[in-house]
Amino acid sequence: MSGMLYNEPSPLEVKVLTRRFGLESPVRIDTYLATGGYQAFQKALKMKPEEIIEEVKASNLRGRGGAGFPTGMKWGFVPRHSPKPKYIVANGDEGEPGTCKDRLLMENDPHQLLEGMMIAAVAVGAQAGYIYIRGEFRKCLEAVEQAIGEARERGYLGKNILGSGFDFDMFTRTGAGSYECGEESALLESLEGKRGVPRIRPPFPAVVGAFGCPTVLNNVETFCAVPHIINDGGAAFALLGTPRNGGTRLFCLSGHINRPGVYELPMGFNLLRMIEEVGGGIRGGKKLKAVIPGGSSCPVLKAEECDIAMDFDTLAKAKSMLGSGGVIVMDEDTCMVKAAMRILSFYAHESCGWCVPCREGTTWLKKLLLRFHAGEGSRGDIDLIAEVARNMLGRTFCPLGDAAAMPAMAFVEKFRDEFEAHAEGEPCPFEPSPREVLAR
Amino acid sequence: MTFSPQLEARFEELLRSCPPGHKRSALIPMLLYAQDEVGAVTQEVVEEITRRLGLKTMEADEVITYYSMLRRKPAGKYHIQICTNISCMLTGGLELWEHARKKLGIGNHEVTPDGLFSLEEVECIGACSWAPAILVNYDFHHKVTPEAFDRLIDTLRKLS
Repeated sequence: MSGMLYNEPSPLEVKVLTRRFGLESPVRIDTYLATGGYQAFQKALKMKPEEIIEEVKASNLRGRGGAGFPTGMKWGFVPRHSPKPKYIVANGDEGEPGTCKDRLLMENDPHQLLEGMMIAAVAVGAQAGYIYIRGEFRKCLEAVEQAIGEARERGYLGKNILGSGFDFDMFTRTGAGSYECGEESALLESLEGKRGVPRIRPPFPAVVGAFGCPTVLNNVETFCAVPHIINDGGAAFALLGTPRNGGTRLFCLSGHINRPGVYELPMGFNLLRMIEEVGGGIRGGKKLKAVIPGGSSCPVLKAEECDIAMDFDTLAKAKSMLGSGGVIVMDEDTCMVKAAMRILSFYAHESCGWCVPCREGTTWLKKLLLRFHAGEGSRGDIDLIAEVARNMLGRTFCPLGDAAAMPAMAFVEKFRDEFEAHAEGEPCPFEPSPREVLAR
Repeated sequence: MTFSPQLEARFEELLRSCPPGHKRSALIPMLLYAQDEVGAVTQEVVEEITRRLGLKTMEADEVITYYSMLRRKPAGKYHIQICTNISCMLTGGLELWEHARKKLGIGNHEVTPDGLFSLEEVECIGACSWAPAILVNYDFHHKVTPEAFDRLIDTLRKLS
């Protein structure tokens, strides 16, 4: 099986996690071993667990699934001496609209993911690992299963790995269609064969995770960074990015852009430069109107806010989020009411229904926005959208409620003029009216 | 009921991967893999799998009603999922969806009378940078124009 690339790379990329992309048979263990693969794991086997965790802490690696929590700290929360078995779980349930990077990492370099998880296993003393992959990604699942088989054959998985006395094995789990299962506690429920509804925390998965046992749960891209941190040192990885935001990350450029694609760029890369120089600017010579910087749950940025460093802290200061790296670019002809409507329809569809504020809130936001875009909204509805959203914030077990509320509030706040233009029976100014269509 | 030897081998591997006392962990993959082979999660499939896992059939029903990929009735031989979420919408996903419905003459979750095609409007499928994207069974197709969609349908028709 050969790897899959769907866009030309950019000369501005800094290839760390994607360095094997485009090689002949990048998914095979022989390719992996010939290009430095599993050396970090062998190094880790000789390190003390706390040394591995310190190295990851020094790298300033933060969770690539969206929350940006420091990875080393997360690993440090796993109790050292526990009578229970411990598990490593990779979140490959990539579902955040705008995000398509984990799929590439699994399709093109599955051994890198395995090695990252194996190093985590050494660091916390885990006995088994599970890679949870969304159901639609069957090709990824097959690539990962083939990699696991090869790693077992060569003695990198199983009992007494490479004569070290360390036992560890890995398995896959397919999802079956649910955005909510990308949330860590719902993922654990799904891993246990149940409906993907969130768990109340604390206890956090580091203490009570998979099967009631201590668990390290990270995004696929997060694990993929780990071998490089152990090989080159945490400090070297940290230096690639900005303070407290170590390394590179895979940015997924989509929308109205000339060269959409997934590009590996240093943390802190300027967003405007990303759009202009990496993405080739706005399609059709149009002007930029807005960017959703990190996947659909991240509050939208207006064009004038886009001269910004793409790291977790800078975007948080700008009241948005770096999220999962899905950069959705919208040109001047985009209707922001329609964009909001589509995004909120998504959250209404995906809310698992466990928490009332999310279940009811996403449904009402969807209804309000559908009505609004159809020209049936009143001016009072504009404030109602913001108020419904505000009442969801912080009132749910998992972040899906906030993930829906935050973008809704940002759309209304930043593009109020467009909402007003739709109100009181006015047709959408960005779409031809039915009469114009008939006249064609 | 009986499954193919390949599927039985897969089930065996899944059961081996469950920690002691947690056989239920194999439930969702078993249901999806069985659906791939049988065409749907039929009552017979549910009874067989829950029997093997020591679960009540209702415990499988809970799961089947939750996950969007699990279905009680067969889809078409080629199940076509079209994404209309934000990145696909910005690049023509909605127009593609309308085009596909007209081309195949069926609506959301419907199957063509010959059983060849079924359609589903889906949420993000993780192909945003190569939008608009569709899935035909488990195969991705990127940057799909209405013309490319027609060619794809014609090719699949000829294959059958």
